[in-house]
Amino acid sequence: MAKQSRQGSGRREASWGQVSTWLDDWLAINPDGTVTAFSGKVELGTGVRTALAQIVAEELDLPLECVQMVMGDTDRTPNEGYTAGSMTINSSGGALRNAAALARRILLERAAERLDARPEELTVQAGLISLIGDPKRKVSYAELMGGKPFEREVTGEVPLKDTKAYTIVGSSTPREDIPGKVAGRPSFIQDLRLPGMLHGRLVRPPSPAAEFISMDENSVASIAGIVKVVRRGNFIGVVAEHEEQAMQAAENLNVEWREKASLPPMQDLFSFLRSRPTEDTRVVEEGDFDAAYKRSTRHLQATYYQPYHAHASIGPSCAVADVKADQVTVWAATPGPYPLSGAIAQLLGVPAEKVHLIHVEGAGSYGQNGSDDAAADAVILSQAVGRPVRVQWSRQDEFVWEPKAPAMVMEAQGALGAQGKVVACDYQVWSPSHVARARAAEQLVAGQLINGRGSSHFGWSFGAERNAPTNYSFPNQRVTVHYIAESPLRASSFRSLGGAENTFANESFIDELAAAAGADAVDFRLRYLVDERARAVLMAAAEKAGWDTRPSWQGRQDQIVEGRGVAFAWYENDQAIVTSIARVQVDTSSGVVRVKRIVVAHDCGLIINPDGLKNQIEGNTIQSLSRALKEEVQFDEMRIKSIDWDTYPILTFSEVPEVDIVLVNRPDLPAVGAGEPSTTTTAAAVANAIFDATGARLRRIPFTPDRVKQALRDVRG
Amino acid sequence: MPDEIVLTVNGKPYTVKAAPDTPLLYVLRNELGLSGPHFGCGGEKCGACMVLVGAKPELSCHLPISQIGRSRITTLEGLIEDGELHPVQQAFIDEQATQCGYCVNGMIISTAALLWKTPHPSDEQVRAALDGNLCRCGSHLRIMRAVKRAEQLMAELEAK
Repeated sequence: MAKQSRQGSGRREASWGQVSTWLDDWLAINPDGTVTAFSGKVELGTGVRTALAQIVAEELDLPLECVQMVMGDTDRTPNEGYTAGSMTINSSGGALRNAAALARRILLERAAERLDARPEELTVQAGLISLIGDPKRKVSYAELMGGKPFEREVTGEVPLKDTKAYTIVGSSTPREDIPGKVAGRPSFIQDLRLPGMLHGRLVRPPSPAAEFISMDENSVASIAGIVKVVRRGNFIGVVAEHEEQAMQAAENLNVEWREKASLPPMQDLFSFLRSRPTEDTRVVEEGDFDAAYKRSTRHLQATYYQPYHAHASIGPSCAVADVKADQVTVWAATPGPYPLSGAIAQLLGVPAEKVHLIHVEGAGSYGQNGSDDAAADAVILSQAVGRPVRVQWSRQDEFVWEPKAPAMVMEAQGALGAQGKVVACDYQVWSPSHVARARAAEQLVAGQLINGRGSSHFGWSFGAERNAPTNYSFPNQRVTVHYIAESPLRASSFRSLGGAENTFANESFIDELAAAAGADAVDFRLRYLVDERARAVLMAAAEKAGWDTRPSWQGRQDQIVEGRGVAFAWYENDQAIVTSIARVQVDTSSGVVRVKRIVVAHDCGLIINPDGLKNQIEGNTIQSLSRALKEEVQFDEMRIKSIDWDTYPILTFSEVPEVDIVLVNRPDLPAVGAGEPSTTTTAAAVANAIFDATGARLRRIPFTPDRVKQALRDVRG
Repeated sequence: MPDEIVLTVNGKPYTVKAAPDTPLLYVLRNELGLSGPHFGCGGEKCGACMVLVGAKPELSCHLPISQIGRSRITTLEGLIEDGELHPVQQAFIDEQATQCGYCVNGMIISTAALLWKTPHPSDEQVRAALDGNLCRCGSHLRIMRAVKRAEQLMAELEAK
């Protein structure tokens, strides 16, 4: 596939930031010799706070403990838009690395003047600059700065430290947040307590399209501590002195709603999606698919299905707001402090600069969960009572109201020629936008409940093209993205956007082609994978997994069968390269799939923190396995029915496989993000392993026992 | 009217003014200012709110304070003795066994209870003991390694 077409697919979610080039916006040398580094990105539980500190410490030749990160605060940090798309290390890390390199250069120049030497005669150790061979002639960073700012532009022209000289970057530095978390110190937004703070709980409509009719405030009159029942349009919240009082009031408040069916029947979801008007983009067009397809006599067609998935953060969203006449302060686990401050200003009708947004870590979100919405809820309640209010969403609030990962339909067609060669391949995906970030009041649940729902489409179709193109050198290939204007269920970013679903379909389909050609799944991929770096990752995984070269499936008919499956992805076609190999055991009578082991080989360029990276890969693998085996948001025409862990089960300890990781370090190449890539390959590796074991193809996520039995009936009769 | 109830938490008695049916979690977090136990589901399904009642791991999100009686409650904070982390807490640091860390409270409480009862658990026993503790980040394997590490640390302490 042509490089041009890949880049034309709009590679990643724009961050909507306005990144500063002013050095003092990124770094400050404090009088005590420590350095404060500012990042507009936020910690979402992936360890980027530590990784960014490593980058700054390395470039400035400082011990790691001398670097303090300030992140995601609209009064203090640069506007880096959203923390999304595994981009923090590239963008914020890159900016900080350049800023630190310039700071070091300035400090060396000033030291040279002070010590009456040339800069190249100086050496730096732990923030102390001294003359080589005469360590008594020395001056510290702090002395040189005297608490003053640099007042310089970062131009990116200063040479960066040679990666071969790295001692901090590339080491498995323990994460700085973990000791506090294991000791129970306040670490999360849920743990934030302000003096005079009240507790808020929400009374959400029972279904997305329900309209408020009436409520009876007497139904909660007997509950002590209630400060106010707040209603604005369809938005209802209760504020109380104590949390349990607010909970009880929210439970007991008698509200009459008029419910309306607004969702398609769940069993018709995919035909509904296919029937919607779409906006179509041809993202790859090479050769002549139609002609080549017609010339061939061996055709394959397959359709793959992705249901709605929930982010299902383990801690429901929470936020604290203090709305005063002249100043609004909001503490929230938002991935985008600046954009959210704008949306909240709009919701309140105040200028954006009046809203001070401070990011505080929440439970892992993996994209856009309810955090931004909870912030808006807290703001509305605090405004109503004139005191700081902490809003805690219930488990059900989170499941029902968080934006979901969109449902998708993926269709592939391929043709084989002589010797089982792929001669034509067509891929189409139907999807709502994967991005509906809270940049405006109407994108927040509170805004919608107060001012009416309006459209669910915000003029921004994005994410479904991610990894729709593959990196295979098939001739005559075509890739088309069909954007559906509105998502029946509210949807927004979830780890890798469409990358996981497209890879599930693409990597299942190439497996189907390999099986039809009678070829081994790894060999077949290698035929079409030209790039040496990509081949190395695929082969590293195969070696680690002890891959036995042979075609799938072997035709075994036993009750308990085992198989192995592979899936490869080059994230966004030019970021990290991943291969997963799954070994599964299938009980063909119960349909239960046990995944025993997953091997992941991973190349994300220069590795900043090997253990942190492994942690991300393990997490991606287990979470995406949970999505592949178990997860599907349930709904009927009126309501979302996945409301708790019984109705939306996730993988538990007894179901977790062994995960073996091969890290391919490329110190010569830039570091690219690792928060998402390895989430993309698991589903296809497992589906392909199920095929290898049983001959049955699982083309619809999740691979529940019923679906496995159905697929088995299709092949075994 | 709220009643006065005496609770023994992390070795100290506290007189708490709260309705008798108040779930323990909210008293620990909001009256006693503790941050270890977390609200996760409010339905006893995820384990984020776990505390030790005596030596037993219990979910605190529904447990009414009136039912606790004289039992001693230990939270994540209470595992620390004289400023020293409990071996299970240390093991979670050693193995970097969290991602977001929101569920880690329940993981550590469950592990501590398991290792008191079963100092050398099999893999199956570890999985079974932790099966009621949900983790969304996928830190399960690290957590199981942390349990092994804690087992070692506790055995070393025992030997001293």
